[in-house]
Amino acid sequence: MDWIAASLADAARLVFSLDAQLYSIIGLSLMVSLASVSLATLFGGLIGAALAVTRFPGRRSVVVLLNAAMGLPPVVVGLVVYLLLSRAGPLGPLGLLFTPRAMVFAQFILITPLIAALTRQVIEDAWREYEEQLCSLGARSWQAALTLLWDTRFSLLTVFLAGLGRAASEVGAVMIVGGNIAGVTRVMTTTIALETSKGDLPLAVGLGMILVGIVLVLNAGAYGIREWAARRYG
Amino acid sequence: MDKPVIVELRGLVFEGRGHRAVDGIDLVLPAGRTVILGPNGAGKSVLLRLMHGLLAPTGGAVRWAAREGRVPRLAMVFQKPVLLRRSALDNVLYGLLLSPAHRHEARARLRERAAAALQRVGLTHLAARPARVLSGGEQQRVALARVWALEPDVLLLDEPTASLDPAAIRAVEDIVAGIAEGGTSIIMTTHHRGLARRFADSVVVLEQGRVAEHTPTQEFFTRPRSGAGQSYLQGETA
Amino acid sequence: MNLKRRLYLAGALLAACTACTVPAQAQEKYITVASTTSTEQSGLFGYLLPIYEKKSGVQVRVVAVGTGQALDMGRRGDADVEFVHDKAAEEKFLAEGFATRRQDVMYNDFVLIGPKDDPAKAHGQDILEALRKVAAAKAPFVSRGDRSGTNAAELRYWKAAGVNLDTAKGPWYRDTGSGMGPALNTAASMNAYILADRGTWLSFKNRANLAIVVEGDKQLFNQYGVMLVNPARFPHVKKELGQAFIDWLVSPEGQQVIAGYKIGGQQLFFPNAKP
Repeated sequence: MDWIAASLADAARLVFSLDAQLYSIIGLSLMVSLASVSLATLFGGLIGAALAVTRFPGRRSVVVLLNAAMGLPPVVVGLVVYLLLSRAGPLGPLGLLFTPRAMVFAQFILITPLIAALTRQVIEDAWREYEEQLCSLGARSWQAALTLLWDTRFSLLTVFLAGLGRAASEVGAVMIVGGNIAGVTRVMTTTIALETSKGDLPLAVGLGMILVGIVLVLNAGAYGIREWAARRYG
Repeated sequence: MDKPVIVELRGLVFEGRGHRAVDGIDLVLPAGRTVILGPNGAGKSVLLRLMHGLLAPTGGAVRWAAREGRVPRLAMVFQKPVLLRRSALDNVLYGLLLSPAHRHEARARLRERAAAALQRVGLTHLAARPARVLSGGEQQRVALARVWALEPDVLLLDEPTASLDPAAIRAVEDIVAGIAEGGTSIIMTTHHRGLARRFADSVVVLEQGRVAEHTPTQEFFTRPRSGAGQSYLQGETA
Repeated sequence: MNLKRRLYLAGALLAACTACTVPAQAQEKYITVASTTSTEQSGLFGYLLPIYEKKSGVQVRVVAVGTGQALDMGRRGDADVEFVHDKAAEEKFLAEGFATRRQDVMYNDFVLIGPKDDPAKAHGQDILEALRKVAAAKAPFVSRGDRSGTNAAELRYWKAAGVNLDTAKGPWYRDTGSGMGPALNTAASMNAYILADRGTWLSFKNRANLAIVVEGDKQLFNQYGVMLVNPARFPHVKKELGQAFIDWLVSPEGQQVIAGYKIGGQQLFFPNAKP
C-alpha cells in the first residue's frame, strides 16, 4: 500500500515544485481538449438540435447511427486519422501528422457524436415543453432550434463538460496521431502511458491523480453553475 | 348576429390514436368574444389547435376570413404559460422578433412596444426579472403581454385560468377584456362558469367532439338549448 | 437577432480558442525522427537532443515506436530521419529505395534479465546456452513480439541456439506484443526471463525480483544505424536539416556526446561511426 503514498508524494511534488515541463504538458492537454470539444459542441450541438426539432424520413436511423457512433473505439479513430494525415494518405500534403492540430482533429471526430446525441436529448425534452408555443408564435424549425439551444444553455454546459472529460482522458487516438513527441504532442494521458511503460508507476499514478483532480474540479464547477442557474432563471 | 364572420369550420374531423376527438363540426364564429364550454374530453383543446393550425384535420376544413385583404394574424395562450429562460421583457420582445408584422421595425421601437405591453398587464416592476421565477399568475400575464404586443386579429386561449387563484383569474380576465376592446376577436375555452358568463358574447357547447349548441350568452345561462348545455350548467360549479 | 449575435460571438470565441492551440510552428525549424522506444526510454534523447538543438537551432521531434513501425513510417514518408537498431531490416529499407545510405552510429548491448533465484540456471556469459536452458526448463519467458529491433534479435538468438520456437513454444513463452517498458513490467510481475537492451534496463524502475542473468556475450552487441529518408522518393523530406543532424551524430562532437551519456555512472551507448 505504500505505493499510494509514493504516488501522492510524487503528485504533490510535481504540482508544487511548479515543474515547467509538467505545466506545459497540462497546458497542452487542456488546450487540445478544449479546442476539440469546442468544435465538437459547435457541430454536434447544431446537429443534435436539428435532429430534435425536425422530422424527416430516415430520422430514426440517423439517431441510431449517432448513438452507435458514441462508442467508436478511440484507437480505431486514431488509426484512421493517422492514415488520412500520413504523407502517403489523402491529406498528407497538409503536413498535420504529429502536430497538436491532428490530435484536435482526431478528438473532434470522437467527441462530436457524443455531444450531438446528448444535445438531441436535451433539446428534445425542451421541445416537448415549447413546441406548441413556439409554433404558435410562428417560429420556423431553425429558429426554434437556436432558441432552444440558448434556453437550455446550462444543461448544455453539462454536456460540454461530459465531452471535455472524455477528451481529456483519451489516450489511444492522440498517441497514434500525435506521436507523443516530447514538448510538442505530449499530453497528460500519453505521459502517463509513457511513464507506466518505463516502470515509473508512482509517477504515472501521480499524474493520473492530477488528471482526475482537474476533471473533478470541472465537474464540480458545472454542478455549481447549474444549481445557480436553476435558482436564478427557473 | 350582425358581426362579420371570422372563421368557418366545415365537417371538421380529427382522429388520433384510434379516437375521434373532433367528430364532424360545422361552426361559424363571428367577431367578438366566443367561449367554448364542455366537459373534459369533449374536444375543446383539440378544436382550438385545429383552428390555430397546430394540428392538421383528418377531414373537413378550417377557413379564416380575410381581414383587410390579408390572412388574419392568430395568437394563442396556453393553460400553462411557456416562457423562455430570460427576462419578462425579453420574452415579450421574442414574440415581436418572430412576428412577420413587426420584426422589421427597429430594435429600440420593439423594446418600447414590449415595455408598453408589460405596463398594460401591470408588470412593469418585473420587466427585468427572469420570467420563469415569477408566480403562475404573473407568468400567465407575461404570456398575455406577449400576445397583446403582437396585435393579433384573433386570440385563442386554452383554459388560461385553470391553474390560477381567484385574484389572478380576475387579473387575467381584465387583461383579455382589454385585448378584446382593442379589436381582437377572442375564442376561449374554460371550465370557469363565472368567467364565461361575464365575458362572452356567445357560448359554444361541445360534447364528445360535436357541437351541442351555439347560443348567445344571456340566453344560454337562462335557458340552454341542448341537453349537454343543461348538464353543464347543473354540473359545473362556478 | 440578439440570439444570432450571441451565437456569432460564441462561435468566434471558439474559433479563436482553436487557433490558439497551434503554437507558431511556421517559424520553428524542425525535423521528424522515427526512432525506437528503447532509445527513447533509455533517456538518450532527453540528454542528447537539447545539446543539438541549442547548437543548431533546429528542433528534433522524435516519434518513438518499435523498429518495424519506425521503418514503416519512413516508407510512408512520415519521417525525415530513421534511427533504429535492426541492421537486416535497415538494409531491406535501403534496398527498397527508401534511403540511399546507412551509417553506423553507436552500439549498446542486450542483456538477459531473469529472476534473482534463476530457476533455469541460465546465469553466465553465453546467451545461446542460457536460452537453451530456459527452453528446457520451460521457465516463464516474456517476448516483445512487436517487430522491434530487440524482438528481431531475440528471435535470431533462439534460432542460433537451435531452439525451434514453433515446437518448443508453450505457456512458458509469453508473446506480449508490446514495447520494452511494458514487457519488462509484465516480466517483473510474472517473475520471468526477458531479453532487454541495457539502456532501458538501467532506467527501468519497477524491477521487482529481476536482475541481469547474462551479459557480456559478444553476440549481444546491438548496432544502431541512421538513415536519411530518400528525398527523391518524398520531395517534402527536410533533406538539409535531416542530413545536418545525421552528420552531427557521426561527427567526433556528436559521438563524444553519445559516449557522455551515463546512468548511475555507467556508459550506455558506445559510439562507433566510421569516419
